Amino acid sequence: MAWFRKPKTRLQATDRRDLPGDVWEKCPSCGEIIYREKLKENWNVCPECGHHMRLPATGYIGLLLDDGSFREYDRALRSGDPLGFTDLKPYRERLAAAERKSAHGEAVITGEGTMDGIPVCLGVMDFSFIGGSMGSVVGEKLARAGLRALEKRAPLLIVCASGGARMMEGIFSLMQMAKTSAVLAQLAEEGIPYVAILTDPTTGGVTASYAMLGDVNLAEPGALIGFAGPRVIEQTIKQELPEGFQTSEFLLEHGMLDQIVDRRRMKPDIVQLLRHMLGLPAPDEFALPSPAA
Amino acid sequence: MATVAHLDFERAIAEVEEQIGNLRDMARERGLDVSSELRSLERKLHGLKQDTFRNLSPIERVQVARHPRRPYTLDYLQLAFTDFVELHGDRQFRDDASIVGGWARLEGESVMVIGQQKGRDMKENLNRNFGMPHPEGYRKALRLMKLAEKFKRPLVTLIDTPGAYPGIGAEERGQGEAIARNLREMAALTIPSVAVIIGEGGSGGALALGVADRVLMLENGIYSVISPEGCAAILWKSGNEREKAATAMKITAEDLKGLGVIDDIVPEPTGGAHSDWEETAGALRDALVRHLGELTPLPVEELRRRRWAKYMAMGEWRTAR
Repeated sequence: MAWFRKPKTRLQATDRRDLPGDVWEKCPSCGEIIYREKLKENWNVCPECGHHMRLPATGYIGLLLDDGSFREYDRALRSGDPLGFTDLKPYRERLAAAERKSAHGEAVITGEGTMDGIPVCLGVMDFSFIGGSMGSVVGEKLARAGLRALEKRAPLLIVCASGGARMMEGIFSLMQMAKTSAVLAQLAEEGIPYVAILTDPTTGGVTASYAMLGDVNLAEPGALIGFAGPRVIEQTIKQELPEGFQTSEFLLEHGMLDQIVDRRRMKPDIVQLLRHMLGLPAPDEFALPSPAA
Repeated sequence: MATVAHLDFERAIAEVEEQIGNLRDMARERGLDVSSELRSLERKLHGLKQDTFRNLSPIERVQVARHPRRPYTLDYLQLAFTDFVELHGDRQFRDDASIVGGWARLEGESVMVIGQQKGRDMKENLNRNFGMPHPEGYRKALRLMKLAEKFKRPLVTLIDTPGAYPGIGAEERGQGEAIARNLREMAALTIPSVAVIIGEGGSGGALALGVADRVLMLENGIYSVISPEGCAAILWKSGNEREKAATAMKITAEDLKGLGVIDDIVPEPTGGAHSDWEETAGALRDALVRHLGELTPLPVEELRRRRWAKYMAMGEWRTAR
């Protein structure tokens, strides 16, 4: 037995930062206290450490499109309940609850607008709506956005954020993978650019369809991206996963992404890429000084 | 037999089968005439099979679809096709034995056949990874599809997988990308294609071989977005509710035909595909010949237009006021 003993004193949290949630926000990565207005101006990226917090779907519309250019498609499309599905709760009730909480009625917003004047079609997924899960409406809205891109010959952008398939729609949720991929096959044949933007988290059926089919696949830093969820993998292989597994950085290293893009640079970076793919001259910031200037 | 030879609800059938076997042995040894006893036992067996298999519940169908004696892709390649030449490898990483494929003949005509392959015993299953492909398996499949397209031969896929393998290497090598690419490329193929769910159609890992002009299912096959066990664990928060999950998800051939997700059901013998491989393979061959016979005369653009229209119509939605 030990004949001396270290007195056990409970550690005191000296800098507990409990804050009124409506004015200040604490960065979950570096712990910095950020004035909420400042965070909003910075598109929910921590000004201190660059950690990307989740940005709501509408945030991406403001981030990517020129002010006032957005025109929404298919705003009124709502999920049916094709299987009459009930688990611990009826699917209809889950849907109704999600619709009440959400401003847009489903897990994706689609529409068109311009990026530095370039017309684009856009889909933005909303993780807060039943985990961004892909059911019939997500598939249908994205497929229609793709068909409009085809019609207008405008590039298609999809901002992905999803836990995967909407199990409550059973096989129909699986079929949305085929449906969206079929539309992307048409865009590919017509030479219309498609840019996939992967945000935290992008997993399951979305990863195994349109998230990985971009002419360019971009991701935000530190996002969880994978086909199988980390817990499923751990249970299958019965060992712990390596540090940094299934992050954006891991996917870039393994050749699945073209670039990791800081959200604050996302618009100019995408415009630069689109201009290359569309055969347009370089954007102003990269252009040679014009002789007229 | 080392593996489970029969399912719980097949016990009565197995008992009668054993009685018949014993009676035959005894008759042979002692030179007795037992034909009338045999006839009555065989009648009893047939009745039992009919009663058992006529009204299988969804979770019983799951068990039949996973039956250890059920015919697998290579069995059908022997029984329903001729002249099979297996082709290996994705030309990028390695040969994934959980997917097999190659040229074969269907009533004399060359077709490309690709399918997941489960193992019959533990040793083979380690090699076949229980029919759960890695990305290189899907990339091999795509290579073979493109080969079929190049030589304008029809494509037949046989689907039988619990799902794409969830592991570290699979993620590193882009499981999601491999599946996604197959979906896109299959949607655009310029050859006729028929996909058949012969056993388990496990989610994206099944769909990666399943985008086709016609999708068929064997009568006792299952096709779902997640396994009943996985669905129960997530939505019911209990793995024990797999029966409820299997029913709620509508995973049987009959349900999926009703929902318009599959085009046709291939009948199985009364005791299930495992009770008579030859008969099952014959029914599969007939169905493939019939569907390919309808597809082959169509011009390429018409074929692709119909395929796109079919997938564009998948789903159910409404317009809110």
